[in-house]
Formats: sequence, C-alpha cells, structure tokens
Amino acid sequence: MAKIKGAIVVNQERCKGCRLCVVACPTNVLAMSKQVNAKGYNFAVMENEDACIGCASCGIVCPDGCITVYKTKID
Amino acid sequence: MAIEDIIKPENLVYKKPDIMNDNSMHYCPGCSHGVIHKLIAEVIEEMGLVENAIGITPVGCAVFAYNYIDIDWEEAAHGRAPAMATAIKRLRPNKLVFTYQGDGDLAAIGTAETIHACNRGESIAIIFVNNGIYGMTGGQMAPTTLEGMKTATCPYGRDVKLNGYPLKITNLLKELDGMRYVTRQSVHTAAAVRKTKKAIRKAFENCMDGKGGANIVEVVSTCSSGWKMTPEKSNKWMEENMFPAYPLGDLKDKDANI
Ligand SMILES: Cc1ncc(C[n+]2csc(CCOP(=O)(O)OP(=O)(O)O)c2C)c(N)n1
Ligand code: SF4
Ligand code: SF4
Ligand code: SF4
Ligand SMILES: [Mg+2]
Repeated sequence: MAKIKGAIVVNQERCKGCRLCVVACPTNVLAMSKQVNAKGYNFAVMENEDACIGCASCGIVCPDGCITVYKTKID
Repeated sequence: MAIEDIIKPENLVYKKPDIMNDNSMHYCPGCSHGVIHKLIAEVIEEMGLVENAIGITPVGCAVFAYNYIDIDWEEAAHGRAPAMATAIKRLRPNKLVFTYQGDGDLAAIGTAETIHACNRGESIAIIFVNNGIYGMTGGQMAPTTLEGMKTATCPYGRDVKLNGYPLKITNLLKELDGMRYVTRQSVHTAAAVRKTKKAIRKAFENCMDGKGGANIVEVVSTCSSGWKMTPEKSNKWMEENMFPAYPLGDLKDKDANI
C-alpha cells in the first residue's frame, strides 16, 4: 500500500518561536530548538521527522510564513 | 525515505505566497495579523489580481501591511479606510479595493465611515481584525473589549455600567441594505484558516462581479501582547471567551438568501 510521507523546511531566521506550528501538528513532529536565531528566538525544528504526513497544518497556521511543506507517496 | 528525497520541487504542497515578501514582519510572535496577511496574499494570487488589487491600511498594528504584501496600497488616516476605499473603487471600478482594519480603527474612531460606506453598498471588501483591544498603542480598551476583560485602561475589567457593552458591530452592519456578505471567522486552527480563506475569496469575488454591495470578513483574533498571554494560551482564551460573544459563521449572504 502506498504510504504518504511529508517533510518541512523551516525558515529558521524568520521564525519567531511562537509555537503555534508545534500545537497544530497532528502527529507531534515539531519541537522548539535549544539554540536561538539572530533575533533571539528559539525556532521550530522537526524532532520526529518520520511522523510527518505533509498535511501542511503547521505551514497554514504559521503567522510568519516560515514553513514550506513537501509531500510524496512511497510504495 | 530520506528527507532530502522528499524535499523536491515536485513534492511541494505549501509555501508562503510569492507576493508576501521576505521583509521580516514587525508583529509580535503568534499574532493573528500575520496569518490574515498570508490569506489575503494567497487569494489575490489565486484570483490573478496581483496587478489589480489596491489595499488600504489602517492605523493600528497593521499600519505597515504595505511593507509585506507586494500589491498597491494606500494608507488612510485612522478609521477612514472605508471612505478612501469608496473613492478609489468609484474612480477605478475594475480594481479590487479592500480595507484592512482593526477593531479600534473600524469600531471606534472609524464607526461613521464604516457604517456609511456599508450602507451605500460600495463594492469593497473590509477585512476586520477583531482582537478586542488597541494592540498598537499598548493594550487599551476597545469598543469590542469583553465584559470583565482587563486592559491597560480598565485594569479591573470592563465595567458595562461605566463603559457600555462590547460593540457587536458586524451584527449591526448586517442590518444595512447595502451589505451583501457579512461573515465572522477566525484563524486559530488550520481548519479555521481554510474557512477564513474561503470567506476572503468570496468577499473579493463579490467586489469584482459588478453587482455591487459591501462585504465584510470579521476575523476574531488574538493579541497575545495586549492580552498578556502566550500565543497558545491566547487561542484557548479566545475560544472560551471571545467566541461566545462573537460567534463564528455567516451572518448575511444576499446571494444565498441568508
Ligand atoms: C487620530 C488618531 N487618534 C488616535 C491614534 C492612536 N491610535 C493608534 S492605533 C490606535 C488603535 C489601534 O487599535 P486597533 O484598530 O484595534 O488595531 P490593533 O493594533 O489592535 O490591530 C489608536 C487609538 C492615532 N494614531 N490617530
Ligand atoms: S506537515 Fe503536518 S505532519 Fe508534517 S510537521 Fe507539519 S503539521 Fe506536522
Ligand atoms: S508557527 Fe512559524 S513563527 Fe511560530 S514557531 Fe512555528 S515556524 Fe516559528
Ligand atoms: S500588539 Fe497585539 S495586535 Fe499588535 S502585533 Fe502584537 S500581538 Fe499583534
Ligand atoms: Mg485591535
């Protein structure tokens, strides 16, 4: 059966660390970094990347347009 | 499958709209304004109106919206955006003309302009960001502030005996014959954001079909700085407190006899 696999890219310098993407992810992929970016914010990272289904919820709720989402099918 | 094999142009499903530029937005972390900006940019791109859209920015936190979305903009004096939109749409009827206004801008200083533009049935869309507070100036009480809600100018909570009741201005506007589409939405979840996008699309389409009538999309929003909560907590607080006072859904849709 084909399986859906997703992945995201976070614009770490644009991220303001609001955590809304972390809350929006249905499969708990995201977490905040320990490091901070140039603005001083912790940024969103894929902590549990295998769980991403490419649903784009994180990107849709991100107020700053930091997240790009990719999705593919694997057989 | 390695991440690098997924991150390929042909697998792209979501990205920031192209006309939302790379300028870093001045909004606080988690502010609803950013999400609403993104939706406006997406809808304008999808409707092919990048060269034919004119937005009118308010006075309020969104005063610099013109720095973030690459379309034509005008800046109005505080509350006067619907008057300016009226002039622009009448002079350039083939353009998409919309205002972007906060609750202080639209429902306090600009109440008269808002009501009269809507009553005249101007073919404009109003994007109304209701966060129940004056965000920009440091969190003072707005007409929309909830009963009992604490702000800088009502530190013990809004007292309706002293300050009157939260102004449900969208409900008032719905009664005007010039009003074609009135809806109240939010952007606190991915599903809510999708609905708001549809509402903005409908309002913008109404502006372009030549049938006339004014359109308003109220977006019940958070202001985590003014409310003094984290963005996450603000969304919860909004669901529990703002939504009962400002219930979501369509209030009027002349085309559907609602
Ligand atoms: C004529 C005039 N009066 C008052 C102000 C001060 N002022 C600036 S923004 C604002 C209200 C902003 O609140 P809102 O419209 O709700 O926008 P928000 O910042 O919450 O998005 C006020 C009263 C002003 N700039 N000009
Ligand atoms: S695309 Fe969906 S599953 Fe993947 S990180 Fe974003 S919200 Fe989570
Ligand atoms: S929603 Fe956007 S700004 Fe907020 S933490 Fe996630 S990536 Fe960063
Ligand atoms: S003060 Fe409130 S409305 Fe203004 S940018 Fe900050 S969170 Fe947004
Ligand atoms: Mg406000």
